[in-house]
Amino acid sequence: MNNNSNKEDSFLTPPLGGGGAAFPGQVHETPGGGIVLSKLDDVINWARSNSLWPLTFATSCCGIEMMAVASAKYDFSRFGFEVARASPRQADVIIIAGTIVNKMAPVLKRLYDQMADPKYVIAMGACAISGGPFFYNTYSVVKGADHVIPVDVYVAGCPPRPEALLHALISLQEKIKSGLTREQIQVPKPADSGDKLHQL
Amino acid sequence: MNNDDLKATITELLPAATFEEGGQWLTINIEPADFKLLAMQLRQEAALFFDFLFCLTCIDWKTHLTMVYHLDSTKFRHNIVIKSKLAAHDPAIETVSDIWQTANFHEREVYEMFGVNFINHPDLRLLILPDGWEGKRPMLKDFEDPINMIKL
Repeated sequence: MNNNSNKEDSFLTPPLGGGGAAFPGQVHETPGGGIVLSKLDDVINWARSNSLWPLTFATSCCGIEMMAVASAKYDFSRFGFEVARASPRQADVIIIAGTIVNKMAPVLKRLYDQMADPKYVIAMGACAISGGPFFYNTYSVVKGADHVIPVDVYVAGCPPRPEALLHALISLQEKIKSGLTREQIQVPKPADSGDKLHQL
Repeated sequence: MNNDDLKATITELLPAATFEEGGQWLTINIEPADFKLLAMQLRQEAALFFDFLFCLTCIDWKTHLTMVYHLDSTKFRHNIVIKSKLAAHDPAIETVSDIWQTANFHEREVYEMFGVNFINHPDLRLLILPDGWEGKRPMLKDFEDPINMIKL
């Protein structure tokens, strides 16, 4: 995953571990100024990844944890996520924070369809990943939000710690900066596990 | 009014009522047939004045259902719980939505989840469940849904 060129090329030291905001390019000093060399795609991805506007979408207790991440103590605005939008038309990333029930699934799909490309999805917590505590003996819960919309980053936990969500947000930034599509990044599954999943 | 006074007053209104104590609230067990009249009296009697129905739900015991009503008086701050046994097959009880407006929604929820028929309810249809769930009773313990449910 970490074959993103911006790390090697960058002349700036990233201010944070993996999720650095370093500019992807080289500066060649010349008398009285300098020349920047970069790839346009890299610059666009760099800009995108550092200003991701999340949709205010929460369906259960993970939403409370997401609000904690937005608040002063954890503060995801440090990474460019502070402009939470109430409209999907203005949002870049949807954090599925909570249980998706069968009745909510078409609403989630519609919200995702209304978001402008490029758009990203984070499945936060056990419910959004697999139905979690509601996997068995429930008539109403969708067993994983990825049955409804494609997911970029999964965060384990019930609910995840704020640090875990921050890590997921930074992982999403790295994913965007790497410039690959969702399909290109996915690690191929072992040959037999895919069949077992389908049997479930 | 304390529990003993409540007991005395309610025994006067309905001698067939039996009481349970020891929980947080005084509990009255009654027959479904007596329920509507008693509910009306509990609301209207000046000394009782139960003007707030703060919980209405149902329990599935497999052999039978139990309707549970929690009442509160905002004036006297006394509470009671009314319980009434219903048959597992074709359960029915009189509505109290004309006494406490809040019962309208709660009875619709009990109707869709447990299949209890509330007699004289003004608008008895599904509340939360989507269309196509009429007649299914997902909160009953023997409920099966081969499409949506993974059994453990």
